[in-house]
Amino acid sequence: MSEAKTSEPLFSKKNVALIKNPLNKINPVTIQVLGICSALAVTVQMDNAIVMSVAVMAVLVLGNLIVSLMRNMIPGKIRIIVQLVIVAGLVIIVDQVLKAYVYDVSKKLSVFVGLIITNCIIMGRLEAFALGNKPWASILDGVGNGFGYGLVLVIVAFFKELFGSGALTIPGFEKFEIFGNATDMTGLYSMGYMDNGLMLLPPSSLFIVGIYIWVQKYRNPDLIES
Amino acid sequence: MEYINIFIKSAFIDNMIFTFFFGMCSYLAVSKTVKTAVGLGSAVIFVLVVTTPLNYLLETLVLQEGALSWLGDDYATMDLSFLSFIMFIAVIASIVQLVEMLVEKFSPALYGALGIFLPLIAVNCAILGAALFMQQKQFANIGEATIYGLGSGFGWFIAIVLIAAIREKIKYSHIPAPVRGVGMAFILTGLMGLAFLGFLGFEL
Repeated sequence: MSEAKTSEPLFSKKNVALIKNPLNKINPVTIQVLGICSALAVTVQMDNAIVMSVAVMAVLVLGNLIVSLMRNMIPGKIRIIVQLVIVAGLVIIVDQVLKAYVYDVSKKLSVFVGLIITNCIIMGRLEAFALGNKPWASILDGVGNGFGYGLVLVIVAFFKELFGSGALTIPGFEKFEIFGNATDMTGLYSMGYMDNGLMLLPPSSLFIVGIYIWVQKYRNPDLIES
Repeated sequence: MEYINIFIKSAFIDNMIFTFFFGMCSYLAVSKTVKTAVGLGSAVIFVLVVTTPLNYLLETLVLQEGALSWLGDDYATMDLSFLSFIMFIAVIASIVQLVEMLVEKFSPALYGALGIFLPLIAVNCAILGAALFMQQKQFANIGEATIYGLGSGFGWFIAIVLIAAIREKIKYSHIPAPVRGVGMAFILTGLMGLAFLGFLGFEL
């Protein structure tokens, strides 16, 4: 029945914009400044960042879908608590799945999986988008914002891990030792190159995100704050 | 002595903002003036001091493996820890609501000062983060958990008041246009985090 009603194609211009815009113009992390806590804290290694982005995207898409399906049933006054319960339930599922299939990464992410519940991106999208839009559009919005979040995480993790430990870890592959092995003194290390220890410490992610925002706003002057 | 150590460790060494980035969203959004920063900071201390011991009781009496043994031998092997996320967030959301109502009734002046910040705190990662870390650290008694809550809240308070003071002054500086606002706040927080790294390994 719903297909007869929606004359709009599945990937109309409006729907594609839902996926494309969060990647740059309305990026949830760098422009809207939401969900920073986890974005900065899990970026010491690439595989943590990738698993975290997938987890957030899963919660975001499913949460958006559920809230959008229920949008006419949720009373306005208690909507925040309803959303919290939905998100908390989804996060428990995600946490159990991570523990079952990627236990090492789930150990390294520690409390940050639980903190997806209070990730402002999720509450923000549920509140601002899913409560007022149809399920399909809400799913696309979830995918778009999930990618926008993941993009920043992966970029930050790339610089932190490459310059902090000279290697890149991607789930499902061996560790890529790009600059060589520090203990065996191979590759760049044989010429006296040393890892930058600061990159492994928390402040460096703040610097990298700061510079990322700088570059992004320089390329899109209309985003600059007055 | 143990208490002082926990306080110093949670406030300065494992500072919520500079080490774990907990509550960054409200930290960046509400740090434009010192006055609002002090309001939100004190509200966070308040809620952390109330919710951390409550969550500690919930953890040790209900959720932990074998915690239900006070109900009888049948319950001694139960492990409800997978429910901790939803229980903690429920406790936090309801306590925040309760605290808001109590403060409004008994201290209108404080209510006026904290104002809109109280309800916002329910979804501040710092509160849930403290609860989850409390669960991980396995404190010996409720006193240690309370001190941990107090210390974390205090660390958060210092961080937000410091950045607000800097952001008030920096308005008069010439910053390149693209990095104005949030970008500069990030870089400043990074520099403050570097300074706080100096506390690393500090112990009484």
